[in-house]
Order: sequence, then C-alpha cells, then structure tokens
Amino acid sequence: MSDHIIRLTAAETAEKIASGELTAVEVTEAHLARIEAVDEKVHAFLHVDREGALAQARAVDEKRARGEKLGPLAGVPLALKDIFTTEGIPTTVGSKILEGWIPPYDATLTKRLKAADVVILGKTNMDEFAMGSSTENSAYGPTGNPWDLTRIPGGSGGGSSAALASFQAPLAIGTDTGGSIRQPAAVTGTVGVKPTYGAVSRYGMVAFSSSLDQGGPCARTVLDAALLHEVIAGHDPMDSTSIDAPVPPVVEAARNGSVAGMRVGVVKQFRGEGYQAGVVQRFDESVELLKELGAEVVELDCPSFDLALSAYYLIAPSECSSNLARFDGLRYGLRTGDDGTRSAEEVTSLTREAGFGDEVKRRIMLGTYALSSGYYDAYYGSAQKVRTLIKQEFERAFEQVDVIVSPTTPTTAFPIGERADDPMAMYLADLCTIPTNLAGNAAMSLPCGLAPEDDLPVGLQIIAPAMKDDRLYKVGAAVEAAFVEKWGHPLIEEAPSL
Amino acid sequence: MPGITREEVAHLARLARLELKPEELDHFAGQLDDIIGAVARVSEVADQDVPPTSHPLPLTNVMRADEVRPSLTPEQALSGAPAQEQQRFKVPQILGEE
Repeated sequence: MSDHIIRLTAAETAEKIASGELTAVEVTEAHLARIEAVDEKVHAFLHVDREGALAQARAVDEKRARGEKLGPLAGVPLALKDIFTTEGIPTTVGSKILEGWIPPYDATLTKRLKAADVVILGKTNMDEFAMGSSTENSAYGPTGNPWDLTRIPGGSGGGSSAALASFQAPLAIGTDTGGSIRQPAAVTGTVGVKPTYGAVSRYGMVAFSSSLDQGGPCARTVLDAALLHEVIAGHDPMDSTSIDAPVPPVVEAARNGSVAGMRVGVVKQFRGEGYQAGVVQRFDESVELLKELGAEVVELDCPSFDLALSAYYLIAPSECSSNLARFDGLRYGLRTGDDGTRSAEEVTSLTREAGFGDEVKRRIMLGTYALSSGYYDAYYGSAQKVRTLIKQEFERAFEQVDVIVSPTTPTTAFPIGERADDPMAMYLADLCTIPTNLAGNAAMSLPCGLAPEDDLPVGLQIIAPAMKDDRLYKVGAAVEAAFVEKWGHPLIEEAPSL
Repeated sequence: MPGITREEVAHLARLARLELKPEELDHFAGQLDDIIGAVARVSEVADQDVPPTSHPLPLTNVMRADEVRPSLTPEQALSGAPAQEQQRFKVPQILGEE
C-alpha cells in the first residue's frame, strides 16, 4: 500500500486526499517511512521535520473533515531545498557557516507552500551556497544519484532531484542560478523548471548571484511541476525584483500539451565537442519526435552563446563576492577565534576561513579579482556586454521560433569524485543552461530517454521567452505524453527501487 | 593575461576577509589561474560598442508604501547572534585602542 502511495503523482495524491480515498496523514507517513528506509543510502535530506510535516498533514485532514475546500496540492509532501528560510527549522545552505542556525522567519516561498497546505517534509542537500553542479560541495557530504548511487545527482539542487527520483517526495523546490534546477532534473530523469527571472520571490532565499538566482518547481511530471509553479509564483512586495504581473497559465498549458503548428528552434552552438554521443542521439530523436507531433524545426545561430559560460563565471562570482560579505560572524551563524584579543576584522577572516568550503572561497576570490580596479573593464565589464549580446540573440531567435530546444546537459551523471578537483570540468556541466539565466527567460528540463552507453537519464531542455513560461508546459506536456506512449511507461519507473 | 601568483591570492584573500592557510595559497593560485585563463575569452567583446547588462529586468527604484508593518522582535532578530548584550549584537573590537 505505502509503495503505491509514494509512486503516485502529486496531482493524483491531491485528488485522492480531496476525495477521501487517502488521508494527508497516511500520505505523509508513507513518505516519512520511505525516507527512513532509503535516505541513509541516498542522503537527499539534511533535515527531516517529522513532527512539523505530520502536524501540517493533520491540519489538512481536519480542514477536509470540516468541509472546507482544499487547494490543488493540499496534503502533498514536498522536499524543500535548504536555501529557503523556514521559521524554527534549521537552514544551512549546505554550509558550515550556517550550521545550527534557526531562521526567525519564513521565506515568501515557504509561506506560500504552507498557505497552499503543501506538506514540507524537510530540507534537502545542496552544493554549499548553491555553488556547484554535483552536490559534492555540500559541507554535509554528497548525495547519491538514485539511478546509480556512485554517481552525482546534479547540483546544486541534487538533494531535491534525488528525493524525487527515489520516491521520497513527489514535489521539490530548487533554485537555478546557472542550471541548478534543470541539470539535476536532467541527470535524475525528473522534471525541473527555471521560471522567468522575477517570477518567484527571492525573499528568504539565501542570495548567491542576485541577478541570476531564481527559485522554481521540481517534480516527476510536467503537470505536477505546473501545479507547484502556480503555488509559488506571483508578485511579492518584499522582493524588489519580483514581477508585478499575472502568473502565465501554466497549469492550463500542462493540461493541454501540443506542439502542432509551433516553430521550434535548434541552436547550432548547443552541440559539438564535449557532448556525449548518447546525449546527442536522444536529443536528435526528441527533435524528430517534435516534427512528428507537428512542429516545424528551425536551425538557429547564436554565436555569443559560446561566450556564455565565461561571462557567467565572471558575473556570478562577482555578485557572490559581494552577497557573501554578510557572513561576517557578527550577527548570526558561525563565529570563530573571538578570544577577546582579536579585532572584528580578524575574527571575521578566521570565521570565513573556517566556515566556507573551497568552491565558495574560489568564487569569492574570483569575484574579488574580476571587480578589482585594473581588471574590472576587461572582465566584469566585458561579461556584461556578453550578457547583452546573448539577450539580443535570444530576442532575434524568438522572432523566428516559439521555443528553443537543446540537451539540458552535455553528459549524463558523472561518478562522484571525478570532477571534484577540476573546477573548469565541473563548470562545463552548465554549458547549455547558463544562457537562459543570463538573459532571464524561462526554461524546463524533462527526461527524453536513457543514454545507450550508460543507461542513465538524458534531459531535454525547452527554452521560452520571458513571461511565456506556459509555453514550456504546453510543449513539455506534449513531449512527455508522446514519450510515455512510446516507452509504455514514464521513464522514472525504470529507476532502481533501492 | 597575467598569471595569478601566490602573492596575488594572498592579496585577494585579504580583501575578501579569508584567513587562508599557506597550503591553500598554492592550491588556489593554480586553480584561479586556470579559471581566469578560460573565462578571459569575454574580452573578445571588450572593444565592441555594446551597452552592458547588469540585470535581466529593466527596473529602477522599486518602492513600497512607507507604512508601519509587523517585523521581527528584538529577541527574534538576536536569536542567531553569536554573542549579545543589552539587546544588542556583541562584536569584537572594531576600532583600535588609540
């Protein structure tokens, strides 16, 4: 029975709770039992809030008993990336510098989830401060990919993607600065969406690179992602970069998947050296499938995309070097070396040395370098120009096509440890996802098969213009339905049962 | 492009308030040099007449109504403080003795 419950989609779960076929407490208990059974192996969660989750579930069941109308995700369990503040529940961002910190307030996203009666099971593992593509940079140890526990689950949101792929939760939340929702989704055979920049409030989301960071939904199906998208998106006066406009009709789009008559762009820069053969093969098959479904495929040339990775690794570190200045050991979090003789500056330097991991230190120093006088114009200034060029190339592309498709990642999940000491090799995992962050538009990753050479999931990326997030779901739902028909079942059913 | 030396890493670490250990200086010097060597490609566009983009949304001076709203209590605001005294954050000495 409980194995049946954990394999339901979020939409099915909500329906069964609303109809009385299942109680929210039963659903939560089934997932807590699953966490208990498998998370020692997977290590998706940093903190499980058993009591809080059960209390939320009981409240949903009481609401139903009183005859109150339940929201579309009421009682559905969710795994929350440990980057969003949760009142009374630890929030570490995968860093020692915030170990044991209990936030005194909820992020806007956390508040929205609670208001929608989504049951928060706990907080998921991540690369420290969301800096990484493998979750190996977590100060609390790596997370395994449920398809092969010796491989990475992607990053930075590897805990969230692994929780979904191991059926520990049907919904999860991620954040995407350069691909941290989409790349983990791709390598775990799940669905992840980076909404348009500004769609989901950043209030209470620990800042890494503020002009790129965007929270978004993760799930095992396109419809589930859409239902979650609708819950978390919307204007927030607490975030000055939050878009003050209606949320695009994502759920309606996910329920009416179609690509008939659509123009789909394929960018020539998203292939070539560094792309695994099986990834390219599955991508080419997806393009053929889109044609069969009635889409017109258009070749696009976006030459500045070749500079996106370089621009990103100047812009993101620059912003992070400034954002992370707040971790000074004075007001919250770790403080070390305060022996009564040292100055505040010395204590701050010792605290940051002890509290930050290698990748965070690298990026802070890289950003400090890129912003120093003498180098500013050549590095940060040029990176900002590249950003303009990429934005313009997307704008020209979207005059010709409705959406763009590409592989989400150049390779499938690599073994834990393989790229840990080679930062540049690690950065290449985000080759296809970064241009979208720089331009601020919307993108999704969904599974498009297993690579023949290693039987690991491959992700198809769909990119839409800003504020046209609904197109992702319309196209994604059509592709997903066609694949399920072709395979006879959703891809995730082929994941090992653990 | 100049290579990143051990001394430069030490300087960056000082600016960034990171009390790096000696062995870290060598480790990071090599890695930062590799990364900067790779990302320096962006300077291909340095001479192009292109306006810079610092943010995806063209927003300036977004304001909220200036109204009194509920906020954290002093106890909540201080709840994560490493040290506190008289409802204030207690910090190590900031100014010198003289």
